[in-house]
Amino acid sequence: MTQSIVVQVGQCGNQVGCRFWDLALREHAHVNQMGIYDEALSSFFRNVDQRGADSTGGKINTLKARAVLVDMEEGVLGEILQGPLRSLFSGTQLISDVSGSGNNWAVGYHTYGLAYREQIVDQVRKAAEHCDCLQCFFLIHSMGGGTGSGLGTFVLKLLEDEFPEVCRIVTSVYPTAEDDVITSPYNSVLAMKELTEHADCVLPVDNQSLVDIVGKIQHMSNTGKPSCTIKKDCTIISGRGGVVKVEKPFDAMNNIVANLLLNITSSARFEGSLNMDLNEIAMNLVPFPRLHYLLPSLTPLYTLADVNIPTRRLDQMFSDAFSKEHQLIRADPKHNLYLACALMLRGNVQLSDLRRNIERLKPTLPFVPWNQEGWKTSLCSVPPVCHSHSLLALANNTCVKSTFFELRERFLKLYRRKAHLHHYLAVDGMELAGFSEALSSISALIEEYTHLESPLMPSAPRLTIAT
Amino acid sequence: MSVVSLQLGQCGNQIGHELFNVISDDSNGPNRKKYKQCSDERFFYERSTGELVARSVLVDMEPKVISQAIAKASKSGRWRYGDKAHFSQKQGSGNNWANGFCVHGPRHEEAVEDLVRMEMERCDRLAGIFTMMSVAGGTGSGVGTYITQCLRDLYPNSFILNQVTWPYGAGEVIVQNYNSVLTLSNLYQLSDAILVHENDTVHKICSQLMNIKHISISDVNKVIAHQLASVLQPAYTADSPCHYSTNPIGELLTSLVCHPEYKLLSLCNIPQMSSTSLAYSVFNWPGLLKHLRQMLIASARMEEGIDWTVSAPSEVTSGGESATNSRHKNFNLSLANILILRGKDVSTAVTDGFKDPALYVPWLKTENIFSTWTSPVAFNGYEKSATLVSNSQSLLKPLDNIVRKAWNMFASRAYVHQYIKFGISEEDFLDSFTALEQIISSYTHL
Repeated sequence: MTQSIVVQVGQCGNQVGCRFWDLALREHAHVNQMGIYDEALSSFFRNVDQRGADSTGGKINTLKARAVLVDMEEGVLGEILQGPLRSLFSGTQLISDVSGSGNNWAVGYHTYGLAYREQIVDQVRKAAEHCDCLQCFFLIHSMGGGTGSGLGTFVLKLLEDEFPEVCRIVTSVYPTAEDDVITSPYNSVLAMKELTEHADCVLPVDNQSLVDIVGKIQHMSNTGKPSCTIKKDCTIISGRGGVVKVEKPFDAMNNIVANLLLNITSSARFEGSLNMDLNEIAMNLVPFPRLHYLLPSLTPLYTLADVNIPTRRLDQMFSDAFSKEHQLIRADPKHNLYLACALMLRGNVQLSDLRRNIERLKPTLPFVPWNQEGWKTSLCSVPPVCHSHSLLALANNTCVKSTFFELRERFLKLYRRKAHLHHYLAVDGMELAGFSEALSSISALIEEYTHLESPLMPSAPRLTIAT
Repeated sequence: MSVVSLQLGQCGNQIGHELFNVISDDSNGPNRKKYKQCSDERFFYERSTGELVARSVLVDMEPKVISQAIAKASKSGRWRYGDKAHFSQKQGSGNNWANGFCVHGPRHEEAVEDLVRMEMERCDRLAGIFTMMSVAGGTGSGVGTYITQCLRDLYPNSFILNQVTWPYGAGEVIVQNYNSVLTLSNLYQLSDAILVHENDTVHKICSQLMNIKHISISDVNKVIAHQLASVLQPAYTADSPCHYSTNPIGELLTSLVCHPEYKLLSLCNIPQMSSTSLAYSVFNWPGLLKHLRQMLIASARMEEGIDWTVSAPSEVTSGGESATNSRHKNFNLSLANILILRGKDVSTAVTDGFKDPALYVPWLKTENIFSTWTSPVAFNGYEKSATLVSNSQSLLKPLDNIVRKAWNMFASRAYVHQYIKFGISEEDFLDSFTALEQIISSYTHL
């Protein structure tokens, strides 16, 4: 069984990370009734006895999360240390400073990066030493701010340098057009260059989609159609049953992202008839090294109160996964080309249901010509809490280029006027060349996606044997 | 004579476990003491405590599937896996053939060879090595090919029969076509024969013949295990007509693989139906054999949807040129066939339909092209059961499909960087494609 380490950077990263740990505990408590420290738990938690040493197997003593928490201001980390999750982290796992990055990527990357490099490497290495077989780093951060975006991408580069063989899966929260941080386009584009070059896979998420999803669920559970009764609170967005009792404003949205992470790792943690390891995600979904942006979509988003789910509902779940409302980032995949798609199923879904739905959906989804049957599937037998089954679809689709295009436009609006640039250039280590490189990186990325959409030259003829 | 099995990767381990289950169930049926003795000696060894332990080595790069298989076997109470006869690591091969072949294979070569050697030494006489793997993933395909290579070097005089499972056409793994091409091209030189199962076909058998509403992977595996067991269980052959054959794999290979260029074997087994319908069905040998013969000629792999219009060339008595051509356009030419009949009144079965030289290539002598194995013992609950193991053109189309899709993907160089990362070059890809095109060409121009 392999282990993964979560590195959460910045306010957004830490808040999502907290929700992740809460929900992970809830899930394992649900599955692991006997309180034994088993293989599934060991993928994210260590079992530590009174003296602080690792104890393997047997009953659970104290669980410590395999995580490194980084933030350059104290508010969020302070809350964690006082909240009910504090026993999950030992003091050394939290790295913080006082004044924050001021929404400035350059401060996060250059100033704090340099200052905290040794400490961060130390902590990560310590966490890695506690792992038998480290498979993957999960980095959670936002793109629009200063710490998450700047220091987060610095940490990403660090992880690649220090642990080149370990997979790096990054969950990035992208800013929307109405974001309140004015310099978020600068921060995002500067961070994008790092993501394109150093990450193995990126799961982009944006706040607007999360808000829409939460709104829809709450609307449904409040109005309630007479035929379908939705169990309130037993939904993807609720943290009910977890450790943290009081719900905070962004919690519903953060829970969705936390569920995304849980579902991705479910097949690696729990048993199933068709397993999918984390390294298989990168292998199957990334046809060309730089095109590693995977659109996540999660269904079902709410639990129905009726117990017997007829087949129609199962099929509905598959169709929903490809509808715009269930995506975690705003994009239009159906009118663009799919490069590859992964379906990760949890719960009591049979092979025949899966195959039937793939046959049904195939004609409606445009795939690139050289990968007409580009589906990767996995079946995990353990369903998520309060649901009988769930589906996570990860699509590598050229529609992400429109997201990047909009981001670039917002960047250019500010860049043409050189607005706010002096804040960045004032930082030691940041130069104007950095901006132009980032701009050309994102332009090249958009170009690569567009190129794949153009009708290809006729493919090379098959080899023939001379007779 | 004993068969040492090697279960590789998730698919290989799941199928292997079902295979031993079927063998054990079948041997424990009524009225078959000698059959059970022969089968037990072939597949199990007995501990001092009296329990049967499978002669099998389980290999996988991650531990979940192996632990499940071992646990389920012990729970059955009738047989179990050897305590130390498995090898697993913590982290899988990531669906990457290059990772399996170039990294995991060499790294763990010694450990696996030791385990196989232990099993081999336990056998009084070795009938051969039987491996089970899939071609779509990373471990079964990559590590499986590497281990076959090692075993071929270590035991040049033993028979190696590879059972491979081809994936669903519509994707289980996106790079499955690359993995399949790389595996088959390399395995062809190393193996004595490659026995192929296709997930698509077996899935159709489950849904249309066995009427299973919600097909799960274990249903598919059970069908594959049933078919494999019908070949491997004891039978009377041409070489040993009075007692059960002691050289099943050797005889299979000498009958079917007449030329090293033609090694792909396919399996058909009828009847196959749900246990509820079985109680109400009666079979006779002429009916079963007629169906099987047409399935052979028309390349149908299951009993439903057989194309009865296809006929062998010699059967054309009248009609114009165009009619003759269209009727044997889909005709499946065979190199050699083995018919395995199990059940009641087996001696009354008339197999002359299969001896017709029109079904076979003209350059083989008639006595070498067809043989029949029989066993009077009813197999796995079926009163009469017939299996056809065939070396023919029936796998040509699926193989061609796999190569075509892989070539399409290769033309755009998609995913190739993932393989190059682990030590395979584009040259290796091209070599594999060439090898497979050669095989396709050989079978087409039979």
